[in-house]
Amino acid sequence: MRLLADLFLLIGAGFVFLGALGLYRMPDVYNRIQAGTKAVTLGSLCLLLGLALLMPSWWAKLLLIALFVLLTNPIGSSTIARALLLSGVRPWQAPKQEQGHE
Amino acid sequence: MEGARPTLGHYVVAYLGVFLLWLLLVQTVAADELILGALVAGLALLASGPRLQLLAGLRLEAGAPLALVRYFGYFLTALVRANLDVARRVLSPRLPLHPEIVEVETGLRSELGRLWLANSITLTPGTLTVDVLDQRLRVHWIDSRPAGGDLEAVTERIVHGFERHMRGFLH
Amino acid sequence: MTPNALEVLALILVGVALVLAMVRLLLGPHAPDRVVAADTLGVIATGGLALLAWLLNSALYLDVALVLGMLAFIGVVAIARAIEGGPR
Repeated sequence: MRLLADLFLLIGAGFVFLGALGLYRMPDVYNRIQAGTKAVTLGSLCLLLGLALLMPSWWAKLLLIALFVLLTNPIGSSTIARALLLSGVRPWQAPKQEQGHE
Repeated sequence: MEGARPTLGHYVVAYLGVFLLWLLLVQTVAADELILGALVAGLALLASGPRLQLLAGLRLEAGAPLALVRYFGYFLTALVRANLDVARRVLSPRLPLHPEIVEVETGLRSELGRLWLANSITLTPGTLTVDVLDQRLRVHWIDSRPAGGDLEAVTERIVHGFERHMRGFLH
Repeated sequence: MTPNALEVLALILVGVALVLAMVRLLLGPHAPDRVVAADTLGVIATGGLALLAWLLNSALYLDVALVLGMLAFIGVVAIARAIEGGPR
C-alpha cells in the first residue's frame, strides 16, 4: 500500500514540477497558463490521491480539496486569460522559419 | 435552456449536494452536526440567490448520474493525455508551439453547460478557453496546425467528444 | 512520519516547483505573467500544505490548505476583474 501511495505522490510531484517548469520556460503568458493549469491540476490530484492512500481517515477532506482544485483552477485560468485578451495582450506567434517542421 | 428557470427538483438536488459537502467537511453523523448542516445548507442556498439560475442547466433524468460517471471517465483520460502532451512540449528543448486563438461552436444552450464545457476544454490537450460568447467559445490552442483554422474541423476536434458525454446530464 | 526516499524525492520536486513559480513571479516580465505565476503558486502551495499535513501528522493543515486554495482563487478572480477594467 505504501509503495502504491508513494508512486502516486511521486507522479503527482513530477507533474507539479513539470507545470512549474512550463510556467518558467514557455514564451508567452497564454502558454504559461496552459502549462501551469493542466499539469498542476493533475499533479495536485495525484498528490492528494497518494495522501489518501497513506492516511485513509483523511479521505473526506482530501476529496474536498481535490474537487475544489478541479473546479476552481480552470475557472481561474480562463478568467485571467479572458482579462488578458480583453485588455489587448496578443498571443505569441511561432517564428516564421520554424513553421512547417518541428 | 436559455432563460429557463430551475424547478423544485433542481433546488432539492442542490440542497442535497450542499448537505453532502457539509457531511464531508465534518465527517460525522452526530445529530447536532446533522441539524446544523441542514440549516447551513439552507442558508447557503438562500445566500446564493439569483445565481442559482445556473441550476436550470442540469438535466434531471434517470440516466443522468450514469452519464456523469461516464463523462468523468472520458474526462480523466483526456486530462492524462493533456498532461503527457504538456510534459512533452515543456521538456523538448525547442518548445514545439504554434499557438493561435480559434473559435469553436457549442450546441449546449444552458449557462451551466457552457461553463462546464469551458472548464473541460481548459483542462484538456493543448487548449485553453479564453472567452465565451453565446454559442461560441474562444480557445487558445497550443498547436493549431492540424485543423487549418476551419471552424467545423476545430469544433470537431475540441468540442464534440465532451459535448456527446455532457448531453446526458446537462442542457 | 518518517518519509522514505521516494517521499523525500516527491517533497523536493514540489519544493523546486514552488521555487520555479516564485522565480516567474519575480521575473515577470509583465504584470500578467506575475498574476499567472501567483495563481499557479497558490495551487502548488495547496498541494504542498496537504503534504505538510502528512509530514507533520496533523490534519489541521488540511483546513489551512483548503482556505489557502479559496483565498488564492478569489484573489485571482479579483485581479482578473481589475485587469479587465472595473466591475461588470
